[in-house]
Amino acid sequence: MSASQIIFYIIAAIIIGGGILAVTSRKIFRAAVFLLFSLLGIAALYFYLNYEFIAAVQIVVYVGGIVVLIIFSIFLTHASGDEMKKPVLWRSVFAGLAAVFATALTFLYITEHNFVANSAASVSPSVRNIGLQMLSTTEHGYILPFEVVSMLLLAALIGCIVIAIKIKTKE
Amino acid sequence: MNEIGLTQILFVSTALFFIGVYGFLTRKNMITMLMSIELLLNSVNINFIAFNKYLYADKLVGLFFTVFIITIAAAEAAVAIAIIIHLYRKLKSIDVDDTDIMKF
Amino acid sequence: MLNQNYIALIPILPILTFLVIGLIGRRYFPNFSGILGTLSLLTSFILSATVAYQYFFEVGKIDGVYQKIIALKYVWLQFTPNISIDMGILLDPISVMMIVIVTFISLMVHIYSLGYMHGESRFATYYAFLSLFTFSMLGLVLSTNIFQIYIFWELVGVSSFLLIGYYYEKPSAVAASKKAFIVTRFADLGFLIGILVLSYFSETLDFQTLIQRLTTDGTYLSSIASVSFLGASGLTWGLLLVFAGGAGKSAMFPFHIWLPDAMEGPTPVSALIHAATMVVAGVYLVARLFPVFTISCPAALEVVAYVGIFSSMFAAIIACTQTDIKRVLAYSTMSQIGFMMFALGVSGYHGEEGVGFMASMFHLFTHSIFKALLFLGAGAVIHYVHSNEMKDMGGLRKLMPITHITFLLACLAIAGIPPFAGFFSKEEILTACWNSNKIIFGAAVITAGLTAFYMFRLYFNIFWNKDYSSHHHDTTEHHHGEAPKTMLLPLLILAVLSVVAGFVPFSKLVTADGIGFGTEFHLGFAAGPVILAVCAIALAYYMYAKESLVPQKVSDAFKGFYTAAYHKFYFDEIYLFFTKKIIFNLIGRPAAWVDKNIFDGLMNLLATLTEKLSELIKPFQSGKVQEYAIYFFAGTLGFVLLFIYLWT
Repeated sequence: MSASQIIFYIIAAIIIGGGILAVTSRKIFRAAVFLLFSLLGIAALYFYLNYEFIAAVQIVVYVGGIVVLIIFSIFLTHASGDEMKKPVLWRSVFAGLAAVFATALTFLYITEHNFVANSAASVSPSVRNIGLQMLSTTEHGYILPFEVVSMLLLAALIGCIVIAIKIKTKE
Repeated sequence: MNEIGLTQILFVSTALFFIGVYGFLTRKNMITMLMSIELLLNSVNINFIAFNKYLYADKLVGLFFTVFIITIAAAEAAVAIAIIIHLYRKLKSIDVDDTDIMKF
Repeated sequence: MLNQNYIALIPILPILTFLVIGLIGRRYFPNFSGILGTLSLLTSFILSATVAYQYFFEVGKIDGVYQKIIALKYVWLQFTPNISIDMGILLDPISVMMIVIVTFISLMVHIYSLGYMHGESRFATYYAFLSLFTFSMLGLVLSTNIFQIYIFWELVGVSSFLLIGYYYEKPSAVAASKKAFIVTRFADLGFLIGILVLSYFSETLDFQTLIQRLTTDGTYLSSIASVSFLGASGLTWGLLLVFAGGAGKSAMFPFHIWLPDAMEGPTPVSALIHAATMVVAGVYLVARLFPVFTISCPAALEVVAYVGIFSSMFAAIIACTQTDIKRVLAYSTMSQIGFMMFALGVSGYHGEEGVGFMASMFHLFTHSIFKALLFLGAGAVIHYVHSNEMKDMGGLRKLMPITHITFLLACLAIAGIPPFAGFFSKEEILTACWNSNKIIFGAAVITAGLTAFYMFRLYFNIFWNKDYSSHHHDTTEHHHGEAPKTMLLPLLILAVLSVVAGFVPFSKLVTADGIGFGTEFHLGFAAGPVILAVCAIALAYYMYAKESLVPQKVSDAFKGFYTAAYHKFYFDEIYLFFTKKIIFNLIGRPAAWVDKNIFDGLMNLLATLTEKLSELIKPFQSGKVQEYAIYFFAGTLGFVLLFIYLWT
């Protein structure tokens, strides 16, 4: 058992443990914090796999943006301190059984499958390479999805404002 | 690092995926359902990165997928929060069982 | 010869009048509708009279035989190259005679109704129905094709239904119209089956072809005569079934029950339909198929004769006991039609043997005149007294002089007193019976005597018997006098005709085979029935001319028989028992139960099942997102398992 394996297993434990606690916790604020830990664990996993850029993006966007947004919404809906209700029994039993069963099934297939690696020269995921590829128009260029995503973000922005706006009625 | 193969990382991502499914099907609070959706999306991200690293090291396809998924997840979470706030103003609760108006 | 367009106008004018009055006249010119109907019928009558004159005296006779002329023929529905339903106009001696009778009596009734139905709320509707009836009857007698006669047969039934039920607020009138229609419709079932039998074997529906094929020896006649069912040949069955239809329309026993009840209609309707025209349709039908009856199937002809004589006597006995004057006249009609039927029944075909046929048609002609007169006179009496019962009448001879004289002339005619019309026709009938069947002759003589008796019983009870003012407080309440002129004019015309109509040389014009023959007058033979009639009249005078206790004593002497005859021998009750208790309970109610519980129940069961099924499925659409997600997830899992493990 080398050190990298141990580190991997710790990271995996953080991810899965945080996930389980996030979905089963009775207090909503704690669930948000456990989600945060789980996301941090995922970022650590990316670091472990030498994909630093993605890890940084993960922390900045997910942890710093989305979880903060979720916490804001918890405040806005005045739900922060209360206990949440336990779910309906048949639903949780069924969902649990189904999830466990599906996990086992997928594990079975993963272990049976023979993953064949593509034996070609590897490209290092450095920021320079990422930047070049993202804005290139040649093959393996991602300029088009980049622009489309920027339009989608604009649409989401306007949509959120429109949905959440409170129209003041003239008193 | 060579000892950790693709299979182990896939185990992690699969487990996280079905934890997310369980949370989505079980939770009563709309915001916690949203959290479960984030877990689902993240498990998919781990899958993409792992495949990119182990199977397709000459391309950066998986990485770009992940970038775009993160972007879109952020946008989607924002819209979902907006909807939840709007519903909260109408129904005065964020219980998902109170939103069952479109039924028989 | 008249152009065929003019001949076609004879039935077309009444139907056009019906449409005009029915659609437009009722709303816009109700009072003028009566005059319109009368004028159109006057035109039809003039055309019919012209056709008759030309047919009988100018163009109809070729080599001494009156021809059957097809004036119009239009193929309507072609079933096979041989069998088709045509619409056409056939002119031969009996149809020409009938169109004259129908249009004339209808014209008299139209004029009479201008006065009788004056002030009725549905005056225009009445005239529309009268025109419809005239059209149907004209179409019936001018038919070239046995199916065409069936169509018009049913139309006549419908018109009768409409007219009997004219006063539809009265439940008794509604019941009577239903009864008439149902009884005749039931008889028409036999008629239809008879048509099918006859036309199947002779492979044609056209009258002339059918008669020719069934009277000459050949393949058609042998094929129908060789088929046998329950002991009688196919030809006998066909003819008897057709006769059943005729018996229904002509109120022969056992289909007679509708005719007395049909008196619920207005009196002019009774005069037109139930005395002179519609009820003779059965006689006309037998006359139309007469060659087949006499030449090929004497057995059926015997049945016709015996049904006729039995109905005649039956009705005469009942008529002696009835107190409603219209009922007496109704039974009298049934009896006289029985005369016509058995006269046909005892007749031969060729030459002088066909005297029965000629006598029957002659009696049809004269009977229509004096029976219409009797009914119209009775209508005038009812109009004056406002009641139908004999006990409310009496001593009217001074208060209604014209009606009195015309009624007396009609009674003399029907009793067979010379020189009035009925004497000649009855004498010919009795001659025909003497020559073929002595039993029927005896019964006919007895019935003729009964006829004279009950007719004069009626006459004396209305116009003599009591003094009118003795049981009516105030004769001045009848400020409208006897009757308006429109009601008196037809009475006068018909009275004149019933005196002179007997002198028409009928045997030269209308015979079974178209060849005229002369008739001789045997004084001794004719005197017998006349003396019997005079004795009957004297008996009636003795019993009824003044108030006396003799009728009561006579009816007490025959107590049981009298009561049975008064209640029409309980036939109505028997039929009602049979239909209500037996048919309704044994067949009607179970059928209704099956329909309601089993068929409807099955449908309801299907509907309930669908509803319950949908109740089961409804909760799946609960509106809860998580439940939808569960179904989605479970479905995906199921498909994955299915495709991985079970798909081969």
